[in-house]
Amino acid sequence: MPMLEVRDLHVAFPQGKTDEVEALRGVDLHLSKGERLGVVGESGAGKSMLAFAILNLIAEPGRVSDGEIIFHGQNLLDLSEREIRRIRGNRISMIFQDPMVTLNPVLTIGTQMMETLRAHRRISDAEARRLCIEKLKEVSIPSADSRMEAYPHELSGGLRQRVVIAIALLTDPELIIADEPTTALDVTIQAEIMALILKLCREKDVALILITHDLGVVAEVTERIMIMYAGKCVEEGPTRQIIDAPRHPYTYGLLRALPQKVGRGQRLYQIPGSMPPITALPSGCAYHPRCERVTDRCRREIPELGDGTACFSPLTPVEAAS
Amino acid sequence: MTDTPIVETRGLEVRFPLPTHFLSREKPVLHALNTVDVAIRPGESFCVVGESGCGKTTLGRTIIGLQRPTAGEVYFRGKRIDTMDETERKPIRRDMQMVFQNPYASLNPRRNVFDTLVEPVRHLMPEMSASEARTRVEEVLDATGCDPSWQRRLPHEFSGGQRQRIAIARALVTNPAFIVADEPISALDVSIQAQILNLLSDLQAERGLTYLFITHDLSVVEHFGTRVAVMYLGRIMELAETATLFSRPSHPYTQLLLEAIPKLEGGSFDRPHPPGELPDPVNPPPGCPFAPRCPIAVARCRSERPELRKLKNGAEAACHLAE
Amino acid sequence: MITWRGVLSRFLGDPVAIGAGVVLLVLVLMAVFAPLLAPQNPYDLMQIDIMDSEMPPAWRAGGDERFLLGTDTQGRGVLSTIMYGTGISLLIGAGAVVVQAVLGITLGLIAGYRGGWVDAFLMRLADIQMSLSTLMIAIIVLAIFSAGFDANTYADYAIFMLILIIGVAEWPKFARTVRSSVLGEKNKEYVDAARVIGLPPRRIMWGHILPNTLTPVLVISTIQVAEAIMTEAALSFLGLGMPVDRPSLGSLIRSGFEFIFSGSWWITFYPAMVLIALVLALNLLGDWMRDVLNPKLRRGED
Repeated sequence: MPMLEVRDLHVAFPQGKTDEVEALRGVDLHLSKGERLGVVGESGAGKSMLAFAILNLIAEPGRVSDGEIIFHGQNLLDLSEREIRRIRGNRISMIFQDPMVTLNPVLTIGTQMMETLRAHRRISDAEARRLCIEKLKEVSIPSADSRMEAYPHELSGGLRQRVVIAIALLTDPELIIADEPTTALDVTIQAEIMALILKLCREKDVALILITHDLGVVAEVTERIMIMYAGKCVEEGPTRQIIDAPRHPYTYGLLRALPQKVGRGQRLYQIPGSMPPITALPSGCAYHPRCERVTDRCRREIPELGDGTACFSPLTPVEAAS
Repeated sequence: MTDTPIVETRGLEVRFPLPTHFLSREKPVLHALNTVDVAIRPGESFCVVGESGCGKTTLGRTIIGLQRPTAGEVYFRGKRIDTMDETERKPIRRDMQMVFQNPYASLNPRRNVFDTLVEPVRHLMPEMSASEARTRVEEVLDATGCDPSWQRRLPHEFSGGQRQRIAIARALVTNPAFIVADEPISALDVSIQAQILNLLSDLQAERGLTYLFITHDLSVVEHFGTRVAVMYLGRIMELAETATLFSRPSHPYTQLLLEAIPKLEGGSFDRPHPPGELPDPVNPPPGCPFAPRCPIAVARCRSERPELRKLKNGAEAACHLAE
Repeated sequence: MITWRGVLSRFLGDPVAIGAGVVLLVLVLMAVFAPLLAPQNPYDLMQIDIMDSEMPPAWRAGGDERFLLGTDTQGRGVLSTIMYGTGISLLIGAGAVVVQAVLGITLGLIAGYRGGWVDAFLMRLADIQMSLSTLMIAIIVLAIFSAGFDANTYADYAIFMLILIIGVAEWPKFARTVRSSVLGEKNKEYVDAARVIGLPPRRIMWGHILPNTLTPVLVISTIQVAEAIMTEAALSFLGLGMPVDRPSLGSLIRSGFEFIFSGSWWITFYPAMVLIALVLALNLLGDWMRDVLNPKLRRGED
């Protein structure tokens, strides 16, 4: 049985007085213990919405309108706020793009870490402090002892994100959801942070949901990928398989649009147009107006995610390899 | 390709005084640029790469005239431009334009597309009649893949990619020879990035444009650049032809940058790195600015600052140990 | 981006805003068309009869149906004086805000865009101005003015003086609002783009930055009109505002104040009610506008 299973998740936002628009239009997801899953999509695809929905953090006026989120056999949507708090930040941790979402600027790193720890564990001050320093050392923060007294603004962006990771690890979670954890960081710092997350997940057998727009990062870190487009998952499968032989035309287009796939001076493959906003989705497959392989059926029917790809005319392995 | 540079900087320095209490005796300054010499050849895509705080944006802004250099000189087609007053500079402005990073901020939200595009023509080419100006606007809209019907619409009606096309059209409307593109694709989605990069390449081929392309993304440079300058803490660390830089990076910092690119093949993140941070730019270390993070640094690197020098493979690098 | 259509639909969905809007509209129309609507012209001495003085409202014993809300001590119909007085109050309020806005926007724009010592100087000036209460300045200036000129000259120029004094005394509110918006806007890339073209600072300030700072200006304008009307009413009540023969709402309240305890409460009561309705409507509209136009308070739409 998978550790986390999301079935047919819908998230809706009110539009006008009576209408609703769906930001997620039926998403399935499953994750086993220690598995690393990448959720890839462009802005507005609904990838962050998925993370927030799993943690029951959808802000008003949005709401989960349908579906189930089963974590260890328990539907998180049925839990009270009090019960979900015992899971969120404890068994499931979160790392956001901006470290300052997690860190309070007026409290020292140590105070914040000990608070987090004591919200979920009944331990002594000395023990809590020892654990915090241990976690700071685990994320390779130099002179961890003295950093306990530092305020977030005294640290650089990279170190702050390391502290956030240390906080996420404090309660020994089974799952970490990381929403664009390195987008705000420089390339070399991104490499450090992603290498750290990868190492910690492997060593501690922690599952990871990595939400990002960067296919390169996903290819480096995850074992499985979900590609999101306009509130739906359009392709899902093992990372290597999707990177090497994508079957959905959108995935194929995204990969070929990367400059690292083509030589210097050659034109990049370009997907025409841009992703429709959720308020103005086309009929049928949401991708069909941009798709080169569009058929009449694509304009009428919404393809379901059967055997890994939600497409009526997926690419053959031969086409995908070209 | 001739060897007379279209844009050249000599010993360019920019220092920003930092805000302090008015009684404090120290007057800390931030060295955003330190003795930067670049010579950009006509028709090339000269890329400047580096991480945040390395001075790449300041370099672009100083060349285009948004920032006054503290010391050093900026030349355009052999004429010194940084000391010119507005009347002298005006004829040159139509030849130098800029594309900004954030298409959501670079278009005035209260002006429609036509007003935004016609303003440079009216100001810099007063000899053009109203109807000529209108034709010119339609021409650049067409060249950048914008629909002529967009002219009466406001920026908020467009997507990020469309806005960036409009911003590129604005830069092109005076028919410039040289364009500073400051991270023109980093605020855009992946599928849109390819559209904009292709557009910039096509425009270069059609109009013989010269680009100063500022980016943090080395994979874009490999695809797009003719030559690359790698910057770190306000200095150029390495300057080379793109192919040379990517096949045989000379400077350890360039090597670190190349290793850090996430690759579709995987393998970049398997080895955990120790935390590396930019040294404090207000009090830079005495020797090589990269020495504190450099895996091969020796004692000399910490005491003596290496100058940019020519290497055997044709690249220039500021490293004592590069060959 | 806020569109007019969006603002209109929000307006029609908010009963408080509609109520305030209707009250304001009725009062403005009443003031503008006072010469056509009012039963008497209170300025026309021929229509005034001292014999009619201190009549109660028409429905009370001793009332006269010519004077629906009764008459004041000079025999003018209270309803008519209110209609004309509202006009004068609104004129002073709007006029003072125009003066405030012109001064405040210009100085705020310059302070924000130039920065440095210009900014420091103008903002310290604003601080000093703000630390002297508007009422205090007005009292001093008007007292000197009314002492220095004879009553007729004073009556002729009182309205301009009030507009000028209230306008000058309150410019810092506009200046600060505009300056802080300018500080937010001037580092945006569209301003850099205008500088790359080589536009002179004057054109960048007025043509590019100013239109993007007008939303908060609109909000404070409404609230400032209410404040200016209140200030004028207070001054008139103190006898330093509009003269009794060209009364504003404030001078009407004053002219009846002495007679409240002698039973003629209507002379003060009805103008006071209109003043409260007017100021309340303006403040409610201002608050509503701030909520609608402030992007930080807006959610879920863009």
